[in-house]
Amino acid sequence: MDAIPYTVHERPDTGLFNAKLGIWLFLSAEVMLFGSLFSSYVLLRIGSPNWPQGASLLNIPLATLNTVVLIASSVTVVLAWASLRMKNLQRCKLYLGLTMLCAFIFLIVKYFEYSAKFAHGLFPATNNFLGIYFTLTGLHALHVAGGIVVMSYLIGPGSKMWRTDPERFTNRIEVAGLYWHFVDLVWIFLFPVLYLL
Amino acid sequence: MPFWRKYIFSTDHKIIGLQYGITGFIFLLLGFMMILLMRWQLAYPEQPLPVIGTWFGEDFMPGGIMTPDFYNQLGAMHGTIMVFLGIVPLVFAAFGNYLVPLQIGAPDMAFPKLNMVSYDLYFIGGVLMLCGFFVPGGAASSGWTSYPPLADIAPIGQTVWLIGMVFLINSSLLAAINFIATIFQLRAPGMTWMRLPFFVWAQLVTGFLLLLAFPPLEGASILQLLDRVAGTSFFLPSGLFVSGQPMNVAGGGSVLLWQHLFWFLGHPEVYVLILPAMGIVTEIIANNIRKPIWGYKTMVYSIVVLGFLSFIVWAHHMYLTNMGPAISVFFQATTMIISIPSVVILTALFISLWGASIRFNTAMLFALAFLPMFGIGGLTGLPLGLSAADIHLHDTYYVIGHFHYVVAPGTIFALFAGIYYWFPKITGRKMNEVLGHLHFWPSFVCMNFIFFPMLIQGLAGMSRRLYDGGSSYAINQPVLHWNVVISIAAFIMGAVQLVFIFNVIWSMFRGKRIHDDNPWKATTLEWACPSPPGHGNFLTPVAAYRGPYEYSVPGAGEDFTPQYQKQEK
Ligand code: HEM
Ligand SMILES: [Cu+2]
Repeated sequence: MDAIPYTVHERPDTGLFNAKLGIWLFLSAEVMLFGSLFSSYVLLRIGSPNWPQGASLLNIPLATLNTVVLIASSVTVVLAWASLRMKNLQRCKLYLGLTMLCAFIFLIVKYFEYSAKFAHGLFPATNNFLGIYFTLTGLHALHVAGGIVVMSYLIGPGSKMWRTDPERFTNRIEVAGLYWHFVDLVWIFLFPVLYLL
Repeated sequence: MPFWRKYIFSTDHKIIGLQYGITGFIFLLLGFMMILLMRWQLAYPEQPLPVIGTWFGEDFMPGGIMTPDFYNQLGAMHGTIMVFLGIVPLVFAAFGNYLVPLQIGAPDMAFPKLNMVSYDLYFIGGVLMLCGFFVPGGAASSGWTSYPPLADIAPIGQTVWLIGMVFLINSSLLAAINFIATIFQLRAPGMTWMRLPFFVWAQLVTGFLLLLAFPPLEGASILQLLDRVAGTSFFLPSGLFVSGQPMNVAGGGSVLLWQHLFWFLGHPEVYVLILPAMGIVTEIIANNIRKPIWGYKTMVYSIVVLGFLSFIVWAHHMYLTNMGPAISVFFQATTMIISIPSVVILTALFISLWGASIRFNTAMLFALAFLPMFGIGGLTGLPLGLSAADIHLHDTYYVIGHFHYVVAPGTIFALFAGIYYWFPKITGRKMNEVLGHLHFWPSFVCMNFIFFPMLIQGLAGMSRRLYDGGSSYAINQPVLHWNVVISIAAFIMGAVQLVFIFNVIWSMFRGKRIHDDNPWKATTLEWACPSPPGHGNFLTPVAAYRGPYEYSVPGAGEDFTPQYQKQEK
């Protein structure tokens, strides 16, 4: 007895392979992390006599652009997985590449947003709205960057697994995709809460 | 395999369990030595510490007398180290890593590499925490709870604390994911939910607590870190004055926000400290009473309910913060309700003893002592859960006495019990029983002389976290003499642990060899593999054919029927 069971195939009674359960658990912790920061946002806002309107300080068109970019990336990451299911590694890599491209665009746009704020003398320390704005979007941007790291691994050295263990590699793409959807979903919450409300 | 691959960067759950165990024990000892220093100061305020006093240098102990700052640092670090670097890694990660895969019949954890990473993060985080003592201004000194605004404006040691904390939280999160996935996915054939040993159930619930309660503290730590390094004011209210000077920050923050985020973790955390201990104790009691545990299923349901409820009681730590009576009443009610499942578990264990022919080995002595000690800890918690009583008791030594009864003679006794019990599994040798008794009885007596007087002092109104042990307050005079009693008991307690350390090392090489893989005649699966088990654990595929505690089954040839034994007919 050496190999760990259910790394590739589902366990019949739970209906999951190990990594899939692992990523769901990880994401539930992430929900609690962002949830706690959202709650902090609510508490700080309730306690503040003059909370600024997001739109008065932030750039809505840029954020809308970023929303579109991220949603597109969620589609491409699904297509990457679907391509692998159809045994087409090349197409999978193409879609993963597109996903990464979207991720980079998102970060570049964010960079311009941040620099514009700094140029106007708006820093995290300026007020609590900006403080929580930079915290939430910064943490989210770190998650985007984490996704880029994972995907470049899967396109690059990680893809060797396709030849030795194709099913497991397909699982990896699926799991990475689940993570990426979550990163997207967080932004879908961040956008209205910070920019519109 | 080269040494470093086998023992340092191992992915074998048993080696990682031992790494956690050894590291955790060293931290536990460090945290204990810190409190011993403090106990000298509390018993003999501002008298130079004999012999070793001058070793700490002029910054910390000029002339051998502890400075108030150093006292605060030691206090904060004692709490942090004990909770996050000692007990949690020991009860959850060390025991869990070693035993959970064995008890469910798995070859390893679900994610062995992740397992190694969690240990590494824990190690880095722990070392970082200790580095706090060497930065200007010393280590974190705002208590293990790090309440702002004090923690926001404390010297740089607090920043080190926060960064260390983020490492530790991530380590626990990875470990929790790994444990839950392992228990869900890698149970051997036939190991259904109601055949899981109670210890595994305890670990599963604990895993969920860590998974869901820790992230909010991570969020809070990030916010506090930003307050300190980026000048934000999440936890700094407007119009704050420090040393007579207005603080130059935007303000508008909320100190209570931290308390909510902290205790949202902090309360489940105390169950993280105690549930695995209950699991360990249950295993040992089940084995040494030689009859089935009374109410196994009830205990399982109780521990699951306990897990759920522990998320909605956190604000009982905050009655004095002006939350308003409506909220207080809610948390008071949930707190009273959560005591029910704990009482159920304890009662089930007590009833299990009824009419049993008990084997009194050292492991069992510690496990038995756990019951009344945890009982005192739990019962003294009830007045703290009632908001009216808590007004008097909050932040007194009563609180210190209460939770130490839970964690010190509670969890730590369970840890000792577990070590005596599973030592043959790990080394193939038994620990020395005579030394074991010499360890148990003085520890048991000292523990009570340390913590019971604290309850008395607290009821008399003595505050905690006082540098001079409360001697400058008139109200404390009638109970001041207890300080000396407590401290002497603590010093003796420290000395007695040397017996234990000696016993472990001696037994490792000279202890009585066991001739059978199952020296305690136990029923659970960890005894189905060789002692000590090799990489991959079981020599032949295992399966579970029956419940975990089938002792003295009528008609069976022996007084125990292991889970791996096939049903006849
Ligand atoms: C037998 C060993 C121990 C002794 C003698 C001891 C003693 C003490 C004392 C006297 C204090 C109060 C310090 C003060 O208020 O100034 C304290 C605080 C504390 N202890 Fe222990 N303790 C022991 C073991 C433990 C263990 C095993 C834990 C594990 C959870 C623990 C966790 C804490 C915590 C969280 C605090 C509060 C620290 C703070 O105020 O921030 N202690 N201990
Ligand atoms: Cu609590």
